[in-house]
Amino acid sequence: MKINWFKSASPATFYPLAGRMIPWFSTAAALLCAVGLYVSFFLAPTDATQGEAYRIIFIHVPAAWMSMFIYLVMAFWAGIGLAFNTRLSSMMAQALAPTGAMFTFVALWTGALWGKPTWGTWWVWDARLTSELILLFLYLGYLALTAAIDDTRRADKAGAILALVGAVNVPIIYFSVQWWNTLHQGASVSLTRAPSMARIMLIGMLLMGLAAWMYSIAAALSRVRLIILEREKNTAWVREVLEREA
Amino acid sequence: MRIFFTLVRRDLLVAYRRRMDVLVSLIFFVIVVSLFPLGVGPERETLRLIAPGVVWVAALLSAMLALPRLFAADHQDGTLEQMLLAPFPLSAIVLAKVLAHWLVSGLPLAFMAPVLGLQFDLPTSALLVLLASLLLGTPALSLIGAIGAALTLGLRGGGVLLSLLVLPLYIPVLIFGAGAVETTMMGMTPEGHLSLLGAFLILAVLATPFVAAAALRIALE
Repeated sequence: MKINWFKSASPATFYPLAGRMIPWFSTAAALLCAVGLYVSFFLAPTDATQGEAYRIIFIHVPAAWMSMFIYLVMAFWAGIGLAFNTRLSSMMAQALAPTGAMFTFVALWTGALWGKPTWGTWWVWDARLTSELILLFLYLGYLALTAAIDDTRRADKAGAILALVGAVNVPIIYFSVQWWNTLHQGASVSLTRAPSMARIMLIGMLLMGLAAWMYSIAAALSRVRLIILEREKNTAWVREVLEREA
Repeated sequence: MRIFFTLVRRDLLVAYRRRMDVLVSLIFFVIVVSLFPLGVGPERETLRLIAPGVVWVAALLSAMLALPRLFAADHQDGTLEQMLLAPFPLSAIVLAKVLAHWLVSGLPLAFMAPVLGLQFDLPTSALLVLLASLLLGTPALSLIGAIGAALTLGLRGGGVLLSLLVLPLYIPVLIFGAGAVETTMMGMTPEGHLSLLGAFLILAVLATPFVAAAALRIALE
């Protein structure tokens, strides 16, 4: 089957398409989440050294994965929108940002909750923690910039430049923070211990990761539908859709 | 090339005519640095320990506060639009403006810093490295900041927004700049940190004028 990208990229075609896709992705997210939670709470054994507190990683690690992955996807769509002037790509970038910021926050929050019983402190200036915090700042900067510009075309393009500059800067920031951290030797605890994880724990984590992924797609699609309606509110097809759904 | 230097001279002249604007951000820098001993206490050991970080963070803030000046005046009187239409690469114009902006904001700041370092009881070797690190780091700050200044041009609440956009991107410069001074004080060579700062500056010179030019085009569309 050949997909006509140009046709699918038109908001008028994508709006119902996204509407049809959302139930599939949200069902997949719910199922994966249920199985993942069952595996992580009932099948996975208690950790020998960390006790029950380690179970937080089943939320924490998927959230951290998604926070970084969504930023890259967001920068990708923003870049496509900037290069080819496709409206839908910019809307997609806009729709992804809040979900990404949410996952970044969840990763930081659960990390703090895990750090207290395990390390004895809410926060250490570890390279990963610091770069995750900076990632949150980058998300917030993107959201604040696009919200401050009333003209949507300018908002899309300015946001795209910021997202791309951020994406280029993320590796630089990561390595500089890592280097700064080794220089200071402040954090005596490190996340990079030997990955001696039981297979069942890994499966639980992967399931939760997939659930988070499916959730992100569903959330972004439903948000992009709203953005489409808001931006195309003066077109005939939106009026038809609204009359049909009312 | 002649156009480039004409632009730099023109911006310097404009800055000279409004001397107080330039002085204000320098005074801000001095005040912020002087506040820390009052807040932390006058113990020499503590002060020496925090000095590199304090001076560098104050430099970051002062550089950021000076950023809106980069394009705002030219935007208001329409000069910027003429520059966009000029048969001359916009990125070169941006580079010229950033150079002039750095000469009046970054350079005085770098030479002021060792004097403030004396207040924090820094040894001479550390003062020299502080000067060197600021000389390498502040141009990079102006260059990265140009992107933020172009993106927020003419927006409501531009100043606060600018800080949110630009400060996270300043972090590598802060780490290596303050790191260079700290390693000197620990009796090691700051060469590694200074080289990385230089590499960062080269990268910024090569890439940021194009990005800032693209951002200006978007802002003035």
